[in-house]
Amino acid sequence: MNAPLVPLTVAPREKLRLAFTVNEEARDVVVASYKTLLEVLREDLGLTGTKHGCELGECGACAVILDGELVLSCLVAAMECQGRCTTTVEGLREGPRLHPLQDAFADHGAAQCGYGTPGMLLAAKSLLERTPDPSRDQIAEALSGQICRCTGYAQIFDAVAAAARMMRGEPAPAPHLPSVQRGGSDGRPT
Amino acid sequence: MADPREPRAPSPASGRANGNVPARAAGEPAERSFQVLGKPLRRVDALGKVTGETRFADDLAMPGMLYMKLVRSTVPHARILGIDTRKALAQDGVRAVLTGESFPLPFGILPVSQDEHALCLDKVRFVGDPVAAVVATDELTAEEAARLVEVRYEPLATIGSPEEALRVAEPRIHSYGDGGNLHKAVALDFGDVPAALAGADFVVEDHFFYQGNTHLPLEQHATLAYLGTDGRLTIASSTQTPHYLHRAAAKVLELPASRIRIIAPPQGGGFGGKTDPFGHEIVAAKAALITGRPVKIALTREEVFYCHRGRHPVLLRMRTGVDRSGRIVGHSVESLLDGGAYGSYGVASTFYTGALETVTYQMPRYQFRGCRTFTNKPPCGPKRGHGTPQPRFGLEVQIDKICERLGRDPADWRIENAVAPDSLTANWLKIRTIGLVPCLQAVVEASGWKSRFRKLGRGRGLGIAASSYLCGAGLPIYWNQMPHSGVQLLLDRSGSVTAFCGASEVGQGSDNVLAVLVAEVLGIDILDVKVVTGDTALGPVDLGSYSSRVTLMMGNAAVEAAQRARERLAEAVAERLDVAVEHVGFGRGRVFDVGDPDRGMSFADAVQLAEAKGGTVGTVGSYRPAKSPGRFKGAGVGPSPSYSYSAAVVEVEVDEQTGIVHVEKVWVAHDIGRALNPVLVRGQIEGSVYMGLGEALMEEQAFRRLPPRLSRALVHQTPSMLEYKSLASRDMPEVESILIENPEPNGPFGAKEVGQGPLLPIPPAVANAVYDAIRVRVDEVPITPEKVLAALRSPARRYGPASFPHVPWPEPLIVPPPWEGGDGNAINEPGWREQRERQREEAAKP
Repeated sequence: MNAPLVPLTVAPREKLRLAFTVNEEARDVVVASYKTLLEVLREDLGLTGTKHGCELGECGACAVILDGELVLSCLVAAMECQGRCTTTVEGLREGPRLHPLQDAFADHGAAQCGYGTPGMLLAAKSLLERTPDPSRDQIAEALSGQICRCTGYAQIFDAVAAAARMMRGEPAPAPHLPSVQRGGSDGRPT
Repeated sequence: MADPREPRAPSPASGRANGNVPARAAGEPAERSFQVLGKPLRRVDALGKVTGETRFADDLAMPGMLYMKLVRSTVPHARILGIDTRKALAQDGVRAVLTGESFPLPFGILPVSQDEHALCLDKVRFVGDPVAAVVATDELTAEEAARLVEVRYEPLATIGSPEEALRVAEPRIHSYGDGGNLHKAVALDFGDVPAALAGADFVVEDHFFYQGNTHLPLEQHATLAYLGTDGRLTIASSTQTPHYLHRAAAKVLELPASRIRIIAPPQGGGFGGKTDPFGHEIVAAKAALITGRPVKIALTREEVFYCHRGRHPVLLRMRTGVDRSGRIVGHSVESLLDGGAYGSYGVASTFYTGALETVTYQMPRYQFRGCRTFTNKPPCGPKRGHGTPQPRFGLEVQIDKICERLGRDPADWRIENAVAPDSLTANWLKIRTIGLVPCLQAVVEASGWKSRFRKLGRGRGLGIAASSYLCGAGLPIYWNQMPHSGVQLLLDRSGSVTAFCGASEVGQGSDNVLAVLVAEVLGIDILDVKVVTGDTALGPVDLGSYSSRVTLMMGNAAVEAAQRARERLAEAVAERLDVAVEHVGFGRGRVFDVGDPDRGMSFADAVQLAEAKGGTVGTVGSYRPAKSPGRFKGAGVGPSPSYSYSAAVVEVEVDEQTGIVHVEKVWVAHDIGRALNPVLVRGQIEGSVYMGLGEALMEEQAFRRLPPRLSRALVHQTPSMLEYKSLASRDMPEVESILIENPEPNGPFGAKEVGQGPLLPIPPAVANAVYDAIRVRVDEVPITPEKVLAALRSPARRYGPASFPHVPWPEPLIVPPPWEGGDGNAINEPGWREQRERQREEAAKP
C-alpha cells in the first residue's frame, strides 16, 4: 500500500512526520521533506550501513529492500515510505547469527573495501528470495546494477552461489583458490 | 646474519618451525609449514564489512556538526579578480565562508611541486578547481549559500593538450617548471642507443597513446575535522596517506604537527585516488578551528572526478633495435604526459613512464626521454601501476610486432629474453627473484597457447603480455633516513596482542596482512591479534598505501616486532621449562618444548611469565629498504626491494561489423613470492584484471570544449558513473589465476606485492589478441569499437597516433650501464667525480 506522495507545495525545509517500519521495527521520525530514504536512514536513524556512491542511481551502493522490492534508496523520497517496510543491511542478521549471504561474502572474499557490500547483499537477498537456485548468469544479471571497483565480481558470484546452497540446506562450498606453482630460486619451476 | 637467499624467517627462538611441527632436519625440503599464513581464512575486518558496521569517513558524525560545500571554478583558466561572499554569509545558518586568503601557504605531495592552495589564491586552473568554501548548519543551506558566492574572473587562454602546452608558452599555468607550460622534462642515456640502433639488423618504431582514466572508487572522498578534547585538531579523512596529509595540514595551517591528529578510517577503495593531500581536507580543518565546531564534507561523485589524480594520458614514441637472433640491442622511449593543472606526483609519474622498461627483458642499452606538461584539466597522478601501464602497453605491443616480423612465437621470445635473477639492469635497478618465466609458462600452458595462437580463425584471437611492478618505492617522498614503516606490539596478559601501525586500509586487506604475520610468528589465532591502523596518534608511521609497498614494508616491520616479542616470551618460558631458548616452540596458542610438545603453557601464561620476568611486554619493529645502486639524478624512481612479475593471455572475439571487442577469458599468472592469504590474493588479481580490462576497452577521462556561446570552457566529458564506462557484472569474463610462489628474500616470509602488478599485462594482451583476431593494430587504449572500425577501414590496418611533437629535451645524463664500465653515476653531471670519490671512500670504510 503506497502512501500519497508529498504534495509539491511543501517547502524543502518543512518537516514532516514519517512513520514506517525499518528492519521489522516501527520508526516514527520527523524529517525534512526533501530528504531521500537514503538520507533518512543514514542521517536521521543513524543506520550508516547503507552507503551512497553517487546519489544519482548509478552505482547501486544504496540499495535496500522496500516492501519486498529492491530499490535504490537515493532515488526514493523518504515521504514515499509512509507506512511501508524496509530492510537494510542492519536487518540481515538474525540476532547474533550472520545471514548465510554475510557468511559467504566473508568467506569467499566478496567484500574487499566493503563499501558496495551492503547494496550487493540486499540485491543478492532479493534474488535468492525469487530464485533459490540461481545460475551464474542469473546472479550476474541480478547484480548488474551494483558497481564494484575492487573484486572483478567473480568472488561475489561465488559467494551468492555458496549462500544459495547454504540456504537450501546444502553444505557450504570452500572458496575457490588460485592454483599455485612453486618456483625455484632462479624463478623457474622446480 | 641469515642466509640472504632464505626468506626473512621468524626464528629468534631459532630456525624452528612454528607449531607442533618438529624443526626441519637437514635434508628435508625447505618448505615451511604454516599455521595461518597461506590459509584461506576470513579476513580480520570481514565482519564489519558484511554487516555494514565498518565506519567509513562519511559514516562519522558528531553532535553540533557543521557541513561544508565547496564553490568550484566554472572556467578552466582565469585570474580571480574578486570574490563576494556577502550574500552567502547573510544566509540563515551560514557559519563561515572561506576563500584562498585564509591559506597563503602552498602544499603538494612532492617537495618539488608545492603548487596547490587549499582554496585557489589568485588563479583557477581547471573547471572544478575549489575557490571558496561555505560552512553551514546543514548540507542544504551550505549548498544554497555556495551558489550565492560571486566570483569574478579574468579569463586566460586555455591550454587543452600537451601539444598545445608545448606550443603555447604564455600564459603559463604555473610560474615554475621547465619553461613555458612544461612541468618536467628529463633525459637519461644508459649506453649509446643511437649507435645500437644504427648497428641493429632492424629497428621498429611505433607511436602509442594511452588515454587517461580515473580510479572511480565507490566511496566518495569525505572528511570530518574537529577539535579533540585532547586539544588536538583531528582530521578523519578518506586518505591512503595519513602521514603525508599530516605534514601538509601542519604546513598550511601553521600548527605544530604534534597538535594535529590524522585518522584514516577504512576506505571504500582508493586505487591511488586518495594518496594526495587534498584542499578540502585542510579547509575543513581550518573551518573547525574557526567555528570551534566539527565540520564535515562529503564530495559528490562529480567532485570526485575533479579531484582525479588518475592515470596520465601518455603519448609514446618507442624505437627498438633487434639483432639477427631476435635480441634487443637498444631501446628508446619518449613519453609525453598530460599532467593536468597541478604537480601532484607528476615528477615521479614522468620518471615511471621510463623506469621499469628494463626489468622484464634483457636490454643492453636504454634511452629515456620524458616530459610532463601542464594543462587546464583536473590533475593527473598515481593510479594502480603509477606511470608504468602506459609504457608497458607500448613495449608489449611492440614486442608482439617484433615477433611477427621475426616469425617468432611471442611467448617463446619473452621466455628466452627474460631478465636473469640477481642481476642489474641497464638503468641500475637491482633484480632479485624473478618469476617472469614461470608466469609465462603457466599462462601458455593453461590457455593452450601453443595449439591455439594464430589458429583460432577470423574474429577470434589470443594475445599475450607480461609485466613487472614494484614492491614499494625504494625512497620516501620527502628525503629522510627514517624507516618507511613501523609496527608496535602490545602483548596483554589475556594473551591478546595489539598491533599498531600507521598503515591505511583501503580495502586491499592490509589490516589482515598485519594480523596474519604477527599471528604466524607468535603461533596464535589471527583473531587474537587486534590491529589498530590509520591513526597518526596511535601508531608508528607507515608512509601509506601506495606503490604496492605495505605488504613488504609493513610486513617486515611486523615480523621484526613479533620476533622481538617472541624472544621475550621464549626466554621466560625456556627458564621455566628448563630447556634451551632454541628449543621453545610457538603454535596453536601455546608455547612449548619442541622436544616434548606436551610440556608447555598457553600463550597467555607465557605472556604473564615474560611480564613477571622483565616487565610489560611491548616491542617495535621497523623497515627501511637498502640503498639502491643507481647514483644519478633520477635514480630515486624505480628502485624497489623486490619486483613482482605477471603474465596474461587474453582471448577475444571481435565483431568486424560493429567493432565490439568481447573478452572471452583471461589467464593470468602472478609471481607473488608467497601468498599470505589466497582468497585475498585472488581478489587482488581479479580486481586488477577487471580494472585493466576497463582501461583496455572503455574507461576514459575525456574532456571537451563547450561551444563559444557557452564560454568555450574545457569541461569533463562524463563526470558521472553512468557515462564514465566501466565493466559491470555482466561484462566481466572468466579469469583463471595462477600463483607462482618463489619466496623473495626481501619480503616477509617471502611475500611480494599483488595489488597493482596483475593490471599491467592486461591492456597490451587485449591489443595483441585483437591483432590475432582481425589482423589490425589498435595502438591506443581504450580500444573502442570506433577505433576498431577505423583500423579496419584504414589502408595501414592500424589506428593510433602517427607522430610525436618536438620537445625541447634537456641535455641527457649519461649513465653507462653496469657492463659498460658504469658505477651508477652519471658521467656528465657536475661534480660526479668528487661524488664517486666520496662513494668509494664510504664503501672502503669497514
